[in-house]
Amino acid sequence: MLPLLQREIVDKRKWATEEEILNYFAIGQCTPGVIAVNTSTFIGYKQRKVPGAIFATLGVVTPSFIIILLIAMLFRSFADNVYVMHAFKGIRIAAGALILSSVIRLMKKNVRSVFQIALCVIAFVIVAVLGFSPVWVVVGAGLFGFAAGKVGKAV
Amino acid sequence: MTYFMTLLTLFYEYLLTGLFAVGGGLATLPFLTRMCENHPDWFSMTELTNMVAVSESTPGPLGVNMSTFVGYTVGGVPGAVVSTFALILPSVIIVLIISKFLSRYMENKYVQSVFSGLRPAVTGLIAAAAWTVIKTALFRFFPTALSDIPSSVDVYAVILFFVVLILNQIKPLSKIHPVVYILASAAVSVILKL
Repeated sequence: MLPLLQREIVDKRKWATEEEILNYFAIGQCTPGVIAVNTSTFIGYKQRKVPGAIFATLGVVTPSFIIILLIAMLFRSFADNVYVMHAFKGIRIAAGALILSSVIRLMKKNVRSVFQIALCVIAFVIVAVLGFSPVWVVVGAGLFGFAAGKVGKAV
Repeated sequence: MTYFMTLLTLFYEYLLTGLFAVGGGLATLPFLTRMCENHPDWFSMTELTNMVAVSESTPGPLGVNMSTFVGYTVGGVPGAVVSTFALILPSVIIVLIISKFLSRYMENKYVQSVFSGLRPAVTGLIAAAAWTVIKTALFRFFPTALSDIPSSVDVYAVILFFVVLILNQIKPLSKIHPVVYILASAAVSVILKL
């Protein structure tokens, strides 16, 4: 997504500088929601304030919305086919492996210190073992980070 | 539940997801596995894993792809509109607020400490969701006793799983688009009738 945005927004339209895009992307990661959508909302706001933000957001969402809707409709009519069922067994296996692969990458980046390992394990246990909603983990970990910053300790 | 109530519940569930899923599209996955547990009549874990796989293979932001697919499965086209709208609504409002004092937000040391706590925890949340997805893909039924394990594990599935995982961890191969792995894995399963 980032390389595409750089080409369209920075090189072609000149709506933002390279540095601004990277900043938006960084802040997009630190705000709730989908990063690509957040980044587009920022760019839209910068160009034309609130209406710009709304249209940029609609623009980034619409293509995938339509594509997925078409796939979902097709999917319904083919779901009972034997070959499709076999194929989806394999697709689920690959999806599981790819998600685990992303988790490993995230861990290498974000889970290094003893504190971080503890937070990661606690979050896993609260949701996977104890069955609580992820909302509590997000709120709790945010508060914990805030408190740790207050007493001058880095997580 | 009436159709209208279903849409309203879907809106609420996705509003929560949009508000608390920090760290991009994959971070919405723990909320989706939770949705599946809370509303067993909406979709099964197997269906959710299928939807995740299709969303990963399709261009566009993963979070939006998944919200559209989940919404359509639960409530047809109106469902897809409701879930995607609810997903992006909180972030649009938050981004609009932050835009007013953009440069100060990132440099604020409290914002930074909050996120230093969030990052490892969100990684743990995604790991928990990954575990749910992997369970669905690799077990015929989930073992409740140790003696159940040999009959419950799908051995070919486990082998295929590790082949994809290891290939995807090797440096140049990790750059290959997920759709290649997903299609190759689908082809292998059709040939071997997994």
